[in-house]
Amino acid sequence: MKIAVCVKEVPEAGAARRIDPQTMRLDRSGEAALNAFDVNAVEEALRLKEAQGEAEVVVVSLGPARAVESLRKSLAMGADRAVLVSDEGAAGSDLVATAGALAKALEREQADLILFGQQSSDSDGAVLWAAVADRLRLPMISQAAELTVADGTATVKRQTEFGYDRIEAPLPAVVAVSDAINEPRYPSLKGIMGAKSKPQDVLSLADLGVSADLVGEAGSKTEVLALGPPPPRGESRKIEDDGSGAQQILDFLVERKLL
Amino acid sequence: MAALVFLEHHDGELLKGPLGVLARAASLGEGEVAGAILGAGAAALAPEAGRHGAAKVWVAEDPALEAPLPQPRVDVLAKVVEAGGYDTVLFAASVLAADVAAGLAARLDAGLNWDLVDLARENGRLVGKRPALGDTVVADVGWKGETAVAIVRAGTFEPAETGGGEPEVVQAPVELEGFSIRAKMLEQAHEEQAGPSIEDADVIVAGGRGLGGPENFALVEDLAKALGGAVAATRAVVDAGWYPYSAQVGQTGKNVAPKLYVACGISGAIQHKVGMQGSHVIVAINKDANAPIFEFSDLGVVGDLHQVVPKLAELVRAKKGGQ
Repeated sequence: MKIAVCVKEVPEAGAARRIDPQTMRLDRSGEAALNAFDVNAVEEALRLKEAQGEAEVVVVSLGPARAVESLRKSLAMGADRAVLVSDEGAAGSDLVATAGALAKALEREQADLILFGQQSSDSDGAVLWAAVADRLRLPMISQAAELTVADGTATVKRQTEFGYDRIEAPLPAVVAVSDAINEPRYPSLKGIMGAKSKPQDVLSLADLGVSADLVGEAGSKTEVLALGPPPPRGESRKIEDDGSGAQQILDFLVERKLL
Repeated sequence: MAALVFLEHHDGELLKGPLGVLARAASLGEGEVAGAILGAGAAALAPEAGRHGAAKVWVAEDPALEAPLPQPRVDVLAKVVEAGGYDTVLFAASVLAADVAAGLAARLDAGLNWDLVDLARENGRLVGKRPALGDTVVADVGWKGETAVAIVRAGTFEPAETGGGEPEVVQAPVELEGFSIRAKMLEQAHEEQAGPSIEDADVIVAGGRGLGGPENFALVEDLAKALGGAVAATRAVVDAGWYPYSAQVGQTGKNVAPKLYVACGISGAIQHKVGMQGSHVIVAINKDANAPIFEFSDLGVVGDLHQVVPKLAELVRAKKGGQ
């Protein structure tokens, strides 16, 4: 079995984030890391591989050239191979442009199962799998809290607003997992040492046969027109608990007439 | 503008979210506003859609649309957009709606903007308001190309009766793709456990994964008792079996807006945030100083909840006892 996991490099959690007022895009020049929600998808792929005995796990991403560094974390966890689609022309791609390019990279892999994490922490996007599945013309299940694969069928338990559903789909299929599905492992020292020597392919749009007018700003159907401040929420206070934290909360509740 | 609103329904009722979006679309006041109701019982719900602003309602009750799965809905909506000449397709955020919207955007090669908190017409074009970077900025977002697809943040628009009459009801074309009907619903919307409702509570104390284990929900329950409030939980801990689903707040749980929301060991993932950001006052206790919850809390305490929460419960009791 072959499992492809779609992952994304995002700005490091806790790093100051800004939108470049010139390009209206997220400034990605600072510290970066593998999107934490995608780590759950990598973990699930590794667990399926361990349960099946034999499988290949390949991580697939679209991003700047340096995203190879972030992809290496999935290799250190145990993924076998990384494919990064990196091309200046793809910068600024919106959902549909990204889905198109990613689908082309996935078509080359012909994986039995394509996994996604539940959201990207930079754009709060939580829909890419549905667009990719439509491009690939594959069945898709989202929000998986449990995933089993047997006899060529993926079975998912997932949560919606109304309770738990159980859904099955024949492979090949696209499944997006929730962050509740597992506790990801930490890469071992051996894994980290071995990650660098695992195959890491960097592909251009030309390699994939994606024409330039379908990606980047030219291929995107959405745009940011202006940036403004958010509606005021009122004063926000953050304090370190030095033993008086509970008392400070109490004082605050009294001040706000909540007690 | 000719807008189509995806009207999701459950247990024989149209959901409030899409009805609110329908009302907003109607209030923009330009061109036709139609609804699409897909699945068993669709036709019976059309009059309600009419009262909430839909001049026309597309309905389809094909057996493949019975389970709330997204892909066959993409097939039907793509045909409705074509047949009805719609340039705008609007969704209210939900698990189903997000998957349908993104599949439809890919199918139509259309732009999709999500998490919108307002829709407006500016200089003849549709503009969405989209908070970003933990709601520290709001972007005005637009669409290029023939069709605009939008997902509106849950709870953004209140449904309103517009005084509209009986809508024109039209059968939607049902031509399904082979791959769209391969996923099968085995069991639908099964609630694992039931418990008291949290939707009407004035005070909610909520626990997340930072509690460390199900046994520590006792701390949350005790603080809730001291404050006279209800107990809520994040999806992560509900899925982990620490607390019943009925107490879950967030995108796939309940939307709440109490006077006071105390978040204990909750990181503030978007999935949780969308269900509680309407709370009047938010207090957060978390040991991770970088947790996103602090970005939208009125008071954030960086510290060990196992220390702070029991002490706070004690102080609240002392305060109430002394009055």
